[in-house]
Amino acid sequence: MALEDFVSFIVAQAIAGLASAASLFLIAVGLSIVFGVTRVVNFAHGSLYMLGAYIAYSLVVVMGDSFLGYLLALLLAAVAVGVIGGVIESALLRRIYHAPELFQLLATFGVVLVVQDLTRTIWGPDDLFAPRMPGLDGAIEILGYAIPTYDLFLIGVAFAVLGGLWLLFRKTRFGVLLRAATEDRQMVAALGIDQRWLFTAAFVLGSALAGLGGALQMPRQAASLSMDLSIIVDAFVVVVIGGMGSIAGAFIAAVLISELLAFGLVIFPQITLVLIFLVMAVTLVLKPSGLFGKPEFLTAEDVRNPDPPLQPSGPMARTGWRLLLAAGLVAPLVLGEFSTVILTEIAILALFAASLHFLIWGGGLITFGHAAYFGLGAYGAGLAVFHLSVGMAPALLLAPIAGALGALLFGWFCVRLTGIYMAMLTLAFAQIAWSIAFQWIEFTGGDNGILGVWPSAWAADATVFYYLAFSVCAAMIWALRHVLFSPFGYTLRGIRDSALRSAAIGVDVTRHRWLAFTLAGAAAGVSGGFFAFAKGSVFPEVLFVSTSVDGLVMVLLGGMQSLAGPILGAIVYTEIQTELNRLTDLWQLVLGVFIVVLVVILPRGLVGLSALLLGRRVS
Amino acid sequence: MPRMNVRYYFSALFGALLATLTFASANAQQGPIRVGEINSYTGPLAAFTVPYRNGWQLAIEEINAKGGVLGRPLEVISRDDGGKPANAIKFAEELLRRENVDLLAGTFLSNIGLAVADFANRNKTLFVASEPLSDAVVWSKGNPYTFRLRPSTYMQAAMLAEEAAKLPAKRWATIAPNYEYGQSAVKAFKEVLKARRPDVEFVEEQWPALFKIDAGATVQAIARAKPEAIFNVTFSIDLAKFVREGQLRGLFKDREVASLLTGEPEYLDTLKGETPEGWIVTGYPWQAIKAPAHRAFLDAYQSRFDDYPRAGSIVGYSTILTIAAMLEKAGSTDTDAMVAAMKGLELDTPFGPITYRSLDHQSTMGAYVGRTAKVDGRGVMVDFRYANGADYLPDDATVRKLRPGS
Repeated sequence: MALEDFVSFIVAQAIAGLASAASLFLIAVGLSIVFGVTRVVNFAHGSLYMLGAYIAYSLVVVMGDSFLGYLLALLLAAVAVGVIGGVIESALLRRIYHAPELFQLLATFGVVLVVQDLTRTIWGPDDLFAPRMPGLDGAIEILGYAIPTYDLFLIGVAFAVLGGLWLLFRKTRFGVLLRAATEDRQMVAALGIDQRWLFTAAFVLGSALAGLGGALQMPRQAASLSMDLSIIVDAFVVVVIGGMGSIAGAFIAAVLISELLAFGLVIFPQITLVLIFLVMAVTLVLKPSGLFGKPEFLTAEDVRNPDPPLQPSGPMARTGWRLLLAAGLVAPLVLGEFSTVILTEIAILALFAASLHFLIWGGGLITFGHAAYFGLGAYGAGLAVFHLSVGMAPALLLAPIAGALGALLFGWFCVRLTGIYMAMLTLAFAQIAWSIAFQWIEFTGGDNGILGVWPSAWAADATVFYYLAFSVCAAMIWALRHVLFSPFGYTLRGIRDSALRSAAIGVDVTRHRWLAFTLAGAAAGVSGGFFAFAKGSVFPEVLFVSTSVDGLVMVLLGGMQSLAGPILGAIVYTEIQTELNRLTDLWQLVLGVFIVVLVVILPRGLVGLSALLLGRRVS
Repeated sequence: MPRMNVRYYFSALFGALLATLTFASANAQQGPIRVGEINSYTGPLAAFTVPYRNGWQLAIEEINAKGGVLGRPLEVISRDDGGKPANAIKFAEELLRRENVDLLAGTFLSNIGLAVADFANRNKTLFVASEPLSDAVVWSKGNPYTFRLRPSTYMQAAMLAEEAAKLPAKRWATIAPNYEYGQSAVKAFKEVLKARRPDVEFVEEQWPALFKIDAGATVQAIARAKPEAIFNVTFSIDLAKFVREGQLRGLFKDREVASLLTGEPEYLDTLKGETPEGWIVTGYPWQAIKAPAHRAFLDAYQSRFDDYPRAGSIVGYSTILTIAAMLEKAGSTDTDAMVAAMKGLELDTPFGPITYRSLDHQSTMGAYVGRTAKVDGRGVMVDFRYANGADYLPDDATVRKLRPGS
């Protein structure tokens, strides 16, 4: 009897897991197709999912009285989102495919901001909970457990989509082209296929799947403004575990994760948040290109480095650096008290952005989890104050150590991977660190954070603290720059341009990358430590993916090809956010539009503007 | 002669400048009293903060229509923290250093409330924390400059535990989002219920990640433990999912449920046709409160905004009432005088009279406790009573232990 009970519970739990897997699969598979074909890391995929849910809600209210009407509403929502995706692709992304890698990410981030504010403006801030689906509004009993019929329907839809995609990709010319483009874009282009059309089609398909995923959630959950960001990370995790571009992989990964969660919460109800990232980390360590992904092989364009080598500063650039330094030193004397506070934040974030830039541009190491080392620095300093009651100076010394140790540990796993897989593994580690900070309340204070991390008496004055932060951060930025011109830096840049050739002449590629990762971690740690003292507190958000994204936005906004880029990006991003907030509630919308427009006009970032004006490269 | 001219112009200019400065400083004396307000007006929290903003706007308009406070109009300078504590601190700095506000108010999320409270303490500025629920705001992290309006996690959990103790149920399960708020609520509920009913046992705990509940699997895990009653702390989208899956899977059949905050329109209205019947909840039954003070507020609110108030509207409205009453009592905008005035401050709110306790700076504002019901496809509260916050706080000796330095 007890055994029977146990078996029926297992079955019921497995079905619940499958229903969750169905939703996750629909979202992830669209993301996977878009990335596979276009190589765009589409942060706006979650926004499309959210739009699908909201549009479906509005349609269901009007026409959802019968099963067919409800079903039609869901399908129409998917179509509508597909159209929106098509517009985004052809109006925005198409213009910037030639831009440097990752730059499209900035554009999609702008779209996230715009969609978030537009959705709030159109549908209002309240959560919208649709009625149950007529005909599928009850439950049937399976082994003594009531299983909602809609769950079974959802599982059916997932299998139907899986089958449909399989047919599309195996049996149609369009599908064959999509697969070919996923494997080797250049070859497809060389065969005379119009890539623009193919990219748009892939993006529309992916968007429609995201919209369908969102719409199908309506009978299960309320449409809310948190849907976009809460799903995007999970979707990436599924895609990466399954293997980028693999449809079957996305399906299996979705099932794996959902079942783990369904059973995990019975055994360890407290750690569900960490579980999903642990699975991703373990998968990537054991199988670096995901369960079903093919290793990323080098195509001609990957080897080609679009940037001329970094040159030491010319006289003009030197003057520019000196002016910047002088401006930083004089500013607090002429500007108001609050400006000093903002300048402090800018100096700190500039170092954070510069350390990220050092990795991405100097080492070719793409990371979506740089917040981990910033956050570890902040927590290192904060915990030292909280648990050990040390003063500011020793706490600030601990910050780079914490950042470096974290980078040393996580980096050992990450630097063995390349491209998007490395980016996702860094993200996984950052999210694990975040989950621990968020849920280990006894040690980190959890969500309520660590308070009272204020500067010591001698640096309590805002101006004194500014000069301290400014001088240390400026020195660190200079040091990072210096490293790039050292023999180590030349080797690192050599590895970036061609890991294969570097290895052939006897360079230990992994060790150099690992060292660069650790160095950037230490620098981010310094900036995190200062951030803690500037804010007087440390919260898990410093470790969260949004902090990593903010860093990326600053680097990309400023411009990747110049060492001045991240600094410029930090200045502009911080200033705009602060000042816009005074003017309008729709500051995200304005910021998003600004980013999108900038991306289209200046596909090399703000530094591109000065280069354009001066008619030369700035470095 | 040209020399004279220059001199003349200079003195005229100087005189004008002096006049402007004098006027400006006189203006600062006679100008509005400035309240710096910070809350999460964008993102997912807008559903809770927009009604709150309506509430404080209404109060500001009413007070200024009557001539303001201390003969000066009251002005709120509001900032959006986007749900991030670091942003909140940035804007607290801005409000204090650039906008020269006289005091700070607001915040919704506990972590932001705590961050701003710590900032206020460091900068010796009064902070009226209107909405954050965490007990730490006034207890473990309490400070001399921070006062809190809304009934805390502990108080609301204690209200439910009191009702729960009257039930025959002995086997309880809990479900709460896995972060500080959820954990504190479960801890307080257990503590108060156990004290009243030592025979109660807790047979299952579920801790879904915030806004990521795996509702079907969670519901089955709770059902498997066969509890007689459930204490729920999930809210917002987690609550909607939990309720629908729970109803579909028969979790709530013949089981009592005590549910924190679920009676607030912010959460209850989302559920619509899915509203569970007979849950014991804390909340705000705005349709049915008969007290004249509330009646007046309701009429004014509805005619001003063409919408009904949410619990947040009461909090926003009462925040400004608090500040106005405090200023009248203090007679100036000097921080020490304002802090002294906040201690033991008594005022009338739409919920009735409240007091800010000198002991721990918590107001005695309460909440309504009742049961949920479904009327015309909408959720309402029935059989409710007003639970006065003063009755749900621990005794003074315990509070002194909880609040270091009190």
